[in-house]
Amino acid sequence: MTHKALNKLIPNYLILTLFLLVIIIPIIGLVMSSFKTDIEVIEGPLSFPSTLRFNYYKEAWTTGRFSLFFRNSVIVAVSVVLVSVFLSTLTGYAFGLLPVPGQRILYPILLIGYMIPFEAVVIPLYHFMNKIGMTNTYWALILPQIGLSVSFGTLWMTTFFRNAPKDLIDAAIIDGCNRWDTLWKILWPIAKPATMTLIVLVFMWTWNEFLLALVLVQEESMRTLPVGLAFFQGRYSANIPLMASGALIVAGPILIIYMIFQRHFIRGMLGGAVKG
Amino acid sequence: MATQRRLPGESRFKGWIYLAPGLIIYLVFVFYPLLETIRTSFYQWDGFSTNRSFVGLSNYLRLFQDQQFFQAIQNNIIFIVFYSIIPIIIGLFLASLLGRKPIPGLTFFRTVLFLPQILSMVVVGVTWRWIFNPTFGLLNMTLKTIGLDSLAKAWLGDFGWALPAVGLIGTWVQYGFCMILFLAGMQRIPGEYFEAAQLDGASEFKQLLFITLPSLRPELSVALMTTIIAALRVFDLIYVTTRGGPGDSTLVTGFLVYRAAFQQNKIGYAAALATIMTVIIFGISMIIQHLQKRWE
Repeated sequence: MTHKALNKLIPNYLILTLFLLVIIIPIIGLVMSSFKTDIEVIEGPLSFPSTLRFNYYKEAWTTGRFSLFFRNSVIVAVSVVLVSVFLSTLTGYAFGLLPVPGQRILYPILLIGYMIPFEAVVIPLYHFMNKIGMTNTYWALILPQIGLSVSFGTLWMTTFFRNAPKDLIDAAIIDGCNRWDTLWKILWPIAKPATMTLIVLVFMWTWNEFLLALVLVQEESMRTLPVGLAFFQGRYSANIPLMASGALIVAGPILIIYMIFQRHFIRGMLGGAVKG
Repeated sequence: MATQRRLPGESRFKGWIYLAPGLIIYLVFVFYPLLETIRTSFYQWDGFSTNRSFVGLSNYLRLFQDQQFFQAIQNNIIFIVFYSIIPIIIGLFLASLLGRKPIPGLTFFRTVLFLPQILSMVVVGVTWRWIFNPTFGLLNMTLKTIGLDSLAKAWLGDFGWALPAVGLIGTWVQYGFCMILFLAGMQRIPGEYFEAAQLDGASEFKQLLFITLPSLRPELSVALMTTIIAALRVFDLIYVTTRGGPGDSTLVTGFLVYRAAFQQNKIGYAAALATIMTVIIFGISMIIQHLQKRWE
């Protein structure tokens, strides 16, 4: 590298690092606060905790009932991911590669769900769920989110199947593969990266979803983590280490999955997937 | 041959079998509620009594005489500045600093800059409530340490500061995303363009304006669409940080819908509001998609 190029690179790095710090400091501060005592919190926002104390995590987990919320979130997110990714593969396959009478109407109708704000569906959903006795059940949390995820999933998988190598499909059909076998034996193996991206996106959205989970269940024991944290915030907002511990229990699983699959997160979200 | 054509002896409706399970769940739990929201917006209903009365457009008319509605819309528009315009400018600036050469540590930068995007907005809200906390928040304690005690204030409780404070959280969430998006787009631009421009003596700013920006149109439209919709959809963050307060100074449309539907039992009114919110978001998506097509 020439001297001149280096001279330019260093200030650029400094500016970049500054913007990096703006993002990372709040997160590091939150992590450190979660290990502190009440007194250490007052001493300084970014000081190190004297030891790693997990007592506030324990308090959030037990008295704050985060263990329960965690279980609810896992049940809801895993069900939504499994069902909606499977169903999206089928709908995407149909729109991408099968004859579908009425496609010109059905496809746009399905895509609407991906663009609407949740406010547009939550009011009737609440009254509908109430009427059929589904509020305060996992169904109330799972079924609408499957519907919403299938909408984005259809868009995602249709795009994949439309771009799938045609020769491969033709060859499969000539070999006597039926539609079902073509999908699962020939296309599914090459669809794995696209499917993986869809899985992490749907998992993240479902895990983080707030409005539907806030409205469609009222019993404390049915809350998901984000809703549990929001109510927790209402009660203990002055207890910084406890709030920080709670927030990190909510963020933890997503952070771990992000560390493993970050390429999929970034690829999927750069494609124009909207954060609510 | 294979693309969406019927195989010999195959039913016309084969595709429907694959479509049916996903489509039915979608129609029952998303599409039907959407239509029902629109229908409800023409009725007056308290949510539990059996009589709903048809009132035509009066919920909409009431909305347009409602001070709170305009306050909410205005705040959403201000949020577009914080969620969309500022992050896009920062993102462009940072991406052009890095340029198109692969730099050491890029993967690390990318991982961190993208981080706010994957967090629950409730977690983001809790984090920033700690930062803005009047007594032991990061912001005020830092100000006191560097001797600027006079600037310290209760950020989220201040009529003048609450809105920009919450808006800045949006900027924090979005700028890394914008930067990574633009950086990815810039890898596409042929290096010769910049070399030719340099030979002609074009300044860096001119290169940004006449080469980088026009080439980044697809990324710009994705950035605009994503961030503007996020600004119009804001709900979780407001719920956790300010609940629309102090007064109505951080009230947004999404929160107004929630309040009317689930706290004040003004169902028809809330439905009209939700319908308008949806129409606006749809309209903006359409406009940006249309622009993108024209640009291509």
